[in-house]
Amino acid sequence: MSELLKTDRLTRHFKIGNALSRRTLHAVDDVSFAVGEREIIALAGESGSGKSTIARLLARIYEPTAGTITFEGRDLRTMRGRKDKLKYSGQVPMVFQDPFASINPVFRVSHGILRGLKLHRPELTAKQRQEEAERTFEVVGLNPKMLERFPYELSGGQRQRVGFAQALAMRPKLILADEPVSMLDVSIRIGLLNLMAKLRDEQGVSILYITHDIASARYVADRLIVMYAGRIAETGPIEDVLTTPRHPYTQLLLSAVPDPRAPLTEVTDRGEPPRVVDPTPGCRFRWRCPLAIDRCHQVTPDPAELLPGHEVACHVAAAGADVKAFTFS
Amino acid sequence: MPDPILEVENLSVDYLMDSGPVRAVDDVSFTLGGREFLAIVGESGCGKSTLLFAIAQLLAPPAEVAAGSVKFQGTNLVRLSDKDLSAVRWRDISVVMQSAMNALNPVKSIGAQFKDAMRAHGKYSGQEITDRSAEVLKMVGIDPVHLRSYPHQLSGGMRQRSMIAMAMLFTPDLIIMDEPTSALDVVAQRALMVQIKELQEQFGFAIIFVTHDMSLVSHFSDRLMVMYAGQTAEVGATRDIFDRPQHPYTKGLLEAFPSVRGPKTPLKGITGSPPDLAQLPPGCRFQPRCPVAFDECLTHQPELYPVNASLARCLRVRDRQADPDRMKDGVR
Repeated sequence: MSELLKTDRLTRHFKIGNALSRRTLHAVDDVSFAVGEREIIALAGESGSGKSTIARLLARIYEPTAGTITFEGRDLRTMRGRKDKLKYSGQVPMVFQDPFASINPVFRVSHGILRGLKLHRPELTAKQRQEEAERTFEVVGLNPKMLERFPYELSGGQRQRVGFAQALAMRPKLILADEPVSMLDVSIRIGLLNLMAKLRDEQGVSILYITHDIASARYVADRLIVMYAGRIAETGPIEDVLTTPRHPYTQLLLSAVPDPRAPLTEVTDRGEPPRVVDPTPGCRFRWRCPLAIDRCHQVTPDPAELLPGHEVACHVAAAGADVKAFTFS
Repeated sequence: MPDPILEVENLSVDYLMDSGPVRAVDDVSFTLGGREFLAIVGESGCGKSTLLFAIAQLLAPPAEVAAGSVKFQGTNLVRLSDKDLSAVRWRDISVVMQSAMNALNPVKSIGAQFKDAMRAHGKYSGQEITDRSAEVLKMVGIDPVHLRSYPHQLSGGMRQRSMIAMAMLFTPDLIIMDEPTSALDVVAQRALMVQIKELQEQFGFAIIFVTHDMSLVSHFSDRLMVMYAGQTAEVGATRDIFDRPQHPYTKGLLEAFPSVRGPKTPLKGITGSPPDLAQLPPGCRFQPRCPVAFDECLTHQPELYPVNASLARCLRVRDRQADPDRMKDGVR
């Protein structure tokens, strides 16, 4: 698998408070991962775990506080000119969560897609742009006639397909999809997830699928990154991580997923969020972890490869213990 | 079933639009026993929230009850004046709204908001209010020191818990909940569901729980009502509906959830999207999206037909009940 995008110890902090009480919110700390070609990688975690911040760092909406992002072997910091930046944003476009807020309501839906084409693929003539827009609409499962509709005439699922069409028109290599289905109705979601798999299989696009829904991640993704409090807790091939989760937090997450087909597992954890403002060294999950040892309170664990391609940031798991913090199956 | 505390009969709600009335809830009937947990599920726009607002008599123009009744402990709430309603509200029926961040007042402490609620619905001394507020907060597992906290100082889970505590100030007989867990992550969501169930067992109130996520309530509700385009599509015991769904829409919804366990199978979801209530399709409302629709579905509006211990609004269910052999022959 060749690497498309890679992050190395990616970190983003935000200054909060006023002159009297300066504090630092650690949104993302030391996150290293790679996205290969033709793969869907799911970035999962609760709200506040830093997953959207990562998407924004990759989209260059934020600059990293520390660490690097490399795209096709080139450090993003070396892409300075307008031309370079434009090229990158065309190759790594974003699809947003809210299909009602992310499309301009006063223009026909063709507006966004044609403008994107004009900006990112200036070599096309007006006629070619129109053809290209129609082609991408067909790929995402929309009737090309819908290009002439206004956003209010479309359902949520159709709008989200427009979002993917806009991204696809730029011939992207990696689509950053931030919770693309969470605002859609249950009966519509699967269709969008199937579309993501189709884009990977037929168009060869990679997708960073950001979600809080582990079940939908399993449905489409090849690999999974579980985030907790701004750090990677566990990452690996998705079936491996879900069948043999080694990090206590992943186990907790799995035990709490509602599943009508399985008996109810007991969950005693209350789901209180972690502290990410001026955190002290040590594992960020230690306050909720039933297995925490002294070392967890002193040293922040880094992800370590315990099984092929399967990394876990946990001192207890790294020591070779059979981690069973929560009942997850 | 114990004596019903709530009887909803043929309830219809219209939104009076410039272009004419749009029926958001159409002829919904059900009864709720004391201590019962009823879940109402459906997609956005199916009328589940409107139904819930109609039950609590919280509808605001342009919405109004067009027909039917809501009998709570024998009294028809639809006909009550605002004054009489305020005697029932909060004391006997309370509502937990969807978004705690919007439902709580951001500039008042939790304790002050509890005090407001108690003052509005009875005469209590300061000490009584403080004691009761601390008591209900403890019930939901929050330290009473948080009576002095403001909503922004609490986590999403704690805000939802304090909303539930507030709903329990007068130990009501019925608590209506509108997607109380939708803003929470899965761990907090599960913890809250377990807590709601425990409180119900302890205090014996009935619950109407509205959600778009069927799997969430699968282990918690006694009965389940599936709504589609303003109507009841299917209603029955929760376990029955999960094990033997009768309506094609219910089946489709169940098959739309990927699972974290077991074999991975390709899913299709349901094609199309819910109808515009102002322009309903002829015949069955689900017919344009239904994988098993036949000619009659395009012209004939189905009623609710009994099947096992459930009710389902589907002509195939009617035919199967009338002539069970036909299914075996594979004619339909």
